[in-house]
Amino acid sequence: MTAANDTSVSIQDLSLNFGAVTVLETLNLDVADGEFIVLLGPSGCGKSTLLNCIAGLLDVSEGRIFIKGKNVTWEEPKDRGIGMVFQSYALYPQMTVEKNLSFGLRVAGTPKEEIAKRIARAAEILQIEPLLQRKPAALSGGQRQRVAIGRALVRDVDVFLFDEPLSNLDAKLRAELRVEIKLLHRKLQNTMIYVTHDQIEAMTLADRIAVMKGGVIQQLDAPQTIYNRPVNRFVAGFLGSPAMNFVDGHLEDADGGWRFAAGDIKIPLGTYDFAKPPAPGPVTFGIRPEHVSLNSGTGWPFSMAANVEVVEPMGSDTLVWLKLAQQNFSVRVTSERTPKNDEAVTLGFDPMRASLFDTATGTRI
Amino acid sequence: MSMADITAQASTAAGARQGITDPYGPKPRRVISRRNVFLYGTLFVMAVYYLLPLYVMVVTSLKGMPEIRLGNIFSPPLEITFEPWVKAWSTACTGLNCDGLSRGFWNSVRITVPSVLLSIAIASVNGYALANWRFKGADTFFIILIVGAFIPYQVMIYPIVIILREIGLYGSLSGLVIVHSIFGMPILTLLFRNYFSSMPEELFRAARVDGAGFWGIFLRIMLPMSLPIFVVAIILQVTGIWNDFLFGVVYTRPDTYPMTVQLNNIVNSVQGVKEYNVNMAATILTGLVPLIVYFISGKLFVRGIAAGAVKG
Repeated sequence: MTAANDTSVSIQDLSLNFGAVTVLETLNLDVADGEFIVLLGPSGCGKSTLLNCIAGLLDVSEGRIFIKGKNVTWEEPKDRGIGMVFQSYALYPQMTVEKNLSFGLRVAGTPKEEIAKRIARAAEILQIEPLLQRKPAALSGGQRQRVAIGRALVRDVDVFLFDEPLSNLDAKLRAELRVEIKLLHRKLQNTMIYVTHDQIEAMTLADRIAVMKGGVIQQLDAPQTIYNRPVNRFVAGFLGSPAMNFVDGHLEDADGGWRFAAGDIKIPLGTYDFAKPPAPGPVTFGIRPEHVSLNSGTGWPFSMAANVEVVEPMGSDTLVWLKLAQQNFSVRVTSERTPKNDEAVTLGFDPMRASLFDTATGTRI
Repeated sequence: MSMADITAQASTAAGARQGITDPYGPKPRRVISRRNVFLYGTLFVMAVYYLLPLYVMVVTSLKGMPEIRLGNIFSPPLEITFEPWVKAWSTACTGLNCDGLSRGFWNSVRITVPSVLLSIAIASVNGYALANWRFKGADTFFIILIVGAFIPYQVMIYPIVIILREIGLYGSLSGLVIVHSIFGMPILTLLFRNYFSSMPEELFRAARVDGAGFWGIFLRIMLPMSLPIFVVAIILQVTGIWNDFLFGVVYTRPDTYPMTVQLNNIVNSVQGVKEYNVNMAATILTGLVPLIVYFISGKLFVRGIAAGAVKG
C-alpha cells in the first residue's frame, strides 16, 4: 500500500483494542484535501475514539495514519499538524482568552510578533476581539466555543478535528454556530473532521458523512446519498427525524414483476431501483414519512385506505400515525392538511423513494 | 376566568394582602421553636465542652504559683502575670539545656518546613502522573502506595532506624525530614490523584494537542488550578508533622528534639515542683502553630477537602 499523497488524512487498516474489547476494527478512511467529513453514530460507536486516534491522543493497536502524506502513526499530537476543538471547550480557566489562544504557540517558542499577528487574525475571523482580555469563566457557552475554535485556528494547521463541539450548547446557539462553522470552512478551505451524534449537524455540514456503528464505518457517502439510499437498515433508521417507517414482509415474484407483500397489502415494485438482483424471501420495506402523501388522489403507483390513529402536530408540519399491515406507520403532512383522529384517509407513494432491506442481514436490496 | 380578571387581580394583589387570612407568601417561622432550641442547645453544649479546657489552660498560664495552689482552677487570675510564658519559652529546663521551648520551636520549624515542601512537591507530581499519564503498572503502584498508608508506623520504626544509621543520617534533622516525607506520601498522593482525576480530561488533551509535555502541562495548566488542594495538603502536613511525637523522639537527639518532645520533657519532668502555669503556657505555645494554620486557611481547607479528598 502506498502512502496516500493526494489525501489530507488517510487511515489504513486501523484497529484499536482496550484489552479484549475491540473499539475500532480494521478501519479505512481517506479524506480529500479541504473536505468536511462528519463521523456520525450513536454513543459508543467509536467515532470519538477514531478522532482521538487521528489526534494522537490514543495509541492505535494496528494500522497506520497519514496526514498530508506523512506517516504520523507514532507522532506526538503537536507534530501532526492538527488542531482540535472539544465538547467541553477545554479552555484553560486561569488564562485570559488571549493566553488561551497563544498557549500552543508559546510552548512552541513562536516569536512574539508572529503570535500577536496570528491572534489578531483568529480573533477577527471569529469576532472575539472584545473578549481577548477576559477569563473563560466570564464568557458564555457560545463565546467559549468560539475561543476553542480560535485555539485551533492560531496554530495554522492542515486538519481541524471537532469532537462534538456543539453538544453543550442550547438549541438556538447550536444552530447559529453550525452556520458559522460552515462559513469558517468555506473561508479557510481546511480539511475538517467532525464528530457528532446529531444528524442535522451531519447533514448540514458534511461533504461526506461516515455513519459508524460498533467501530465500523457502515456507509461513507454524500449526505443526500446516505439519506436517500442507505446501505443498510441501521443507517436508514439512524438518519431522519421522524424516523423511516419499516414494514416487515416478503419479496414476491408476481407475473408483472417484483412486489412486496405484507399481509393483504401488495406493493408493486416496478419503479424501485434494486441495488442487487432480487430474490424471493423475507424483506423489510422502508419509506420516509415525508415521501408518503395523504389524500392526494390515486395517481400514485401505490395507494391504499387507512384510518388515522394519532396526530402529532410539530408546528411546521404534522406527523400522522396510522397502521399499515398491522404495523405502525407515520406520514408527514403540512400543518394545513392535518386530518382528525380516526378520520379515513388514502395514502399514496412511489416505491422509487423506498428502501428494501434483507430482513436477516439488514443490507440494502 | 378571563384575561382581564387575571390582570386586575394581579394589580390589586399587593393592596389586598392585608385582607388575606389563608396561607400567602413565605411560611412564617418561630424563632423559639423546638427545632431551634434543640439545634442551638446542642451546638452550645458542644462548644462549651471543647472550649472549657482551653479556658482553664489560658487562665492557669496567667496565674502565679501561689494563686494556683488555692485550687480554684476556673476562677480568672487575680493578678495577671506573663512570667510563666517567658519561662516556658526561654528558660525552662529539659535535661541539661535550660533555654526553654525556643530550641524545640526552631527545631520543629527546621523539620516541618522542608518536610512539607519536599513531600508535597513529590506527592503532587505522583498524583498528577497517576491521574493523567496512565503508565503501565500505574494501578499496581497506586495500590502498593495505598496499602502503605494502612501499615502501622510502629512496624517500620526499627527498620528505618537501621536504614538511617547505614546511610549516616540517624539522629540528624535531615533524617527526620526524609522519614516525614515518606510517611506523608500515601495520603498526599491519594489526595492529589483524586483532585487531578476530577479535572476535565479534555483540558489535559487540549494541552497535549497544544504541544505541552509532562512538565509543561503540570506546571502551566494543572498547578495554577490546584490552589485548594495544595492548601489542604499544606495544612495536613504542617499539623501532622508539627504534632508528631513518635518519629521525633525516635529519630532525633536531645539537642535536635522537636517542640512536642521538648514539651513532654518539660511537663513530665519528675523532679522539683510541678509548675502548672509554665506547663500550660508551654502547651499553648506548642499548639499555637497548627491553631494559626487552621484559622488562616479555614475556608480554603473546607473547599479543598470537598474538591479532592472525598471522591474515590
